[in-house]
Amino acid sequence: MLAFALKRLGLAILVTFTVSVISFSLLHLSGDPATSLAGENATAADIAAISRQYGFDRPLTVQYTDWLWKALHGDFGESYYFKLPVADLIADRLSITMTLGICAISFALLTAVPLGVAAAVRPNSVVDRTALFLSVAGQAMPSFWFGLVMIVIFSIKLRLLPASGSETWRHFIMPTVVLGYYAMPAIMRLTRAGMLEVLNADYIRTARAKGAGAGRVLFKHALRNAIVPVVSLSAVQMGFMLGGSVVVEAIFSLHGAGYLAWESIGRHDLPTVQALILIFSCFYILFTLLSDLANAWLDPRIRVG
Amino acid sequence: MTDTPTQTVESIITVTPGALLRRRLFGHYGLLFGLAILVLVAAAALFAPLLTDQSPYAQDLSARMKPPFWMAGSDPSHLLGTDQLGRDYLARLLYGARISLLIGTVTALISGVIGTALGVAAGYFGGKVDLAATFLINVRLALPVVLVSLAIVALFGGSLQIVILVLGFLLWDRFAIVMRSSVMQIRGLEYVNAAKAIGCSKTRIVLSEIMPNVINNLIVVMTLEMAHAILLEAALSFLGLGVQPPTPSWGLMISEGKEMMLFQPWLITIPGIALFLLVLAINLLGDGLRDVTAPEAKG
Amino acid sequence: MSETILNVQGLTVDIPLAAGTLQAVRGIDFELKRGETLCIVGESGSGKSLTSLAVIGLLGKRLKVGASKLEFEGRDLRSLTRKQMQALRGDRMAMIFQEPMTSLNPAYTIGDQLAEALQLHRKVSKAEAMARAADLLGKVGITAAESRLQQYPHQLSGGLRQRVMIAMALMCEPDLIIADEPTTALDVTIQAQILRLLADLKREMNLALILVTHDLGVVARIADKVAVMYAGEIVESGTAKEIFDAPSHPYTRGLLDCIPVPGKTRPGEPLGSIPGIVPSLIGDVSGCAFRSRCVLARETCSGRIPKRSASGEHTYRCIQETLVSEVA
Repeated sequence: MLAFALKRLGLAILVTFTVSVISFSLLHLSGDPATSLAGENATAADIAAISRQYGFDRPLTVQYTDWLWKALHGDFGESYYFKLPVADLIADRLSITMTLGICAISFALLTAVPLGVAAAVRPNSVVDRTALFLSVAGQAMPSFWFGLVMIVIFSIKLRLLPASGSETWRHFIMPTVVLGYYAMPAIMRLTRAGMLEVLNADYIRTARAKGAGAGRVLFKHALRNAIVPVVSLSAVQMGFMLGGSVVVEAIFSLHGAGYLAWESIGRHDLPTVQALILIFSCFYILFTLLSDLANAWLDPRIRVG
Repeated sequence: MTDTPTQTVESIITVTPGALLRRRLFGHYGLLFGLAILVLVAAAALFAPLLTDQSPYAQDLSARMKPPFWMAGSDPSHLLGTDQLGRDYLARLLYGARISLLIGTVTALISGVIGTALGVAAGYFGGKVDLAATFLINVRLALPVVLVSLAIVALFGGSLQIVILVLGFLLWDRFAIVMRSSVMQIRGLEYVNAAKAIGCSKTRIVLSEIMPNVINNLIVVMTLEMAHAILLEAALSFLGLGVQPPTPSWGLMISEGKEMMLFQPWLITIPGIALFLLVLAINLLGDGLRDVTAPEAKG
Repeated sequence: MSETILNVQGLTVDIPLAAGTLQAVRGIDFELKRGETLCIVGESGSGKSLTSLAVIGLLGKRLKVGASKLEFEGRDLRSLTRKQMQALRGDRMAMIFQEPMTSLNPAYTIGDQLAEALQLHRKVSKAEAMARAADLLGKVGITAAESRLQQYPHQLSGGLRQRVMIAMALMCEPDLIIADEPTTALDVTIQAQILRLLADLKREMNLALILVTHDLGVVARIADKVAVMYAGEIVESGTAKEIFDAPSHPYTRGLLDCIPVPGKTRPGEPLGSIPGIVPSLIGDVSGCAFRSRCVLARETCSGRIPKRSASGEHTYRCIQETLVSEVA
């Protein structure tokens, strides 16, 4: 188990490093940051001055090493737009994105797992078909459009929920549903497929032969085995969701990290964008790492090798 | 000595493979429904100039925000009404289908080539090649797609070609993952060993022994990624960093209609439903194909 | 005479299919007393496993079970509610399955799974249940029982797992154990050990044992009574001695011809085999199901087949009386 964990950690670090190289070079190769920073009316001298000031005249590898070294110490440079340390800026906004992410994945799990179990227990029943419909619709629904439709219905027509902002918990309801619905179909399908397979397993028959009741068979014996892949999928989905929160935060004007990313991209605020891409990648890497470890721990065949 | 012949319950239930395929095909309204809608959208895109004489770009400021035909005050020359610049909404919808389908197919082709090459190499050669490919897949998955594509489009400028290229170079992960595991499963089978034994070259084995048997999976992933790309393009355009105005992209139409959605909700419902139906159709087609060709992968 | 544990009369199992109803088990009678071992023998698809699952109530809802009598320790199983049946299962009657490799839950330790079997039916603490589990593991021949309790199924071999399954069946000291092909998935040497263990435990704990098998070697070693099943019917039943000494149904004789007998069968001499396949049991089945494969078949075999009595408990279903000379 320890060897597995160490190996997995090593891979995570290597992936993080590679991602940082890619995101850095992508953003720097795409044009001269000094030109865009200087604005449209800048003279060549202005651009050269800016280039010197920000160190754009140095070789890219030097710039990268410098950036990485500082980033490792929590210094992501200064935002071109806000003229504030990027690290502070992001730290400020991250709590909203994290809250949204946690609410959304909880919402997804709380709806998808019970639905998936119910669908597997009675295949082709009304519940199964409803679940299938919800999942098929969820996969085809553009989340930004779903968000807009919800605003029209719940904020404008029914005046039940606030359309934008992040002041109270009620502001988080619609974003949670929209972002959570994005992750729901995959989790539900996996739960259903896993339960269908597990319910046909010989050890389920053994449990019934022991005299275990339906509930005990379902939850203690079946779900415990079917949930293992669901745990890792949810972690992966959580990583995807944080990265995808840009869209939802933009619709509901939730001023989280995703919203900051959207604004910063529009403003060509390079240090902020770079830091955000790296941080969102790190979240994904961290969640998959945790999921692999949780998986290994949940499955005795890996834990007790 | 002959084995004692047996007939189990299973063997009684089993019917011929052909009947099974037909039963699954026609028992699958989803597949047929998906195919029908997709054909319809493709026809609409292809024959857009024949279906409407309006231009998707022509503005008419005197006829702005005309409602569609089912509402009071509609204009018979604009069946689905007009947008805030007085452009015919039906024309924009039909020409918009071209954008979505183009993005979907070309992106799926580009990412399909990249992902399949990587996945097949990883699955067939294994060892270090597999290690490297798995690493690349991990790196790719760690990159937040929406953020990276937004950033690149913002830096290179939004155009159809850029969006297609960016998405094409980002969405190959599922191809690589699926192809890798399908090829790995097939690599060890008897007939591949037989081909090796009679001295077929690696290229020949991959092309004529392995590819035909993983092509089903490839087509299924193709449909899924097509849908994925269409949704992503719409999201990017909605956020203002995808296809740029005045191109009639469905995502852009929703974005432009957003300001008016309070009074003219059809401005976002029409392109939204079109987008939903197209993606739904492609997904149903993919699901249906998977069930028809590989019943064990159902679920 | 000791008490009757199980009395089954006219047991049927129907499987509804698209093509019609599959009459998988068609009117089976048997009776089992405490301390007896009944072997149900037949090829796969003969309905022997369905019969045992029907008795313990583990058939899916899709399958229809019928019987004119289904009594366990004097209680009519047909009249029991789901809850009452559940209370009986694992307590008074227990089952051992064919696949020891997959019959244990991979997520829980051996100890947890053994203890659960007791705790479902008795108000005992976890520690008490674990103590009994360790005790029984020792009894089924597992050494270092205490440490085995902490292990997971994947850490045990197939033979060990089947011993665990047997221990699990014994947790509540049942009166009846049904073992469905308990040795089929195991190595030959392990098979013999497990069979001896089952026979010893049966004697020691004075319980009734139903052993479902297709292996006549197993039957010869362990059975008191034998029921030979073919196409959902018991074609011949009796004591083990009666069946082996005077097999009366052509199918039983065919089965016995398939086994080499040391000293009797000469090397190189071809063994017997039964040509043909089991007929479809979908829809109405009349006459003798074995007639299409029977060397002695005649026209009247498609009519009603009488149940004949050979001697004592020994009965068989055939249109013709067996002449003892034919057997020898």
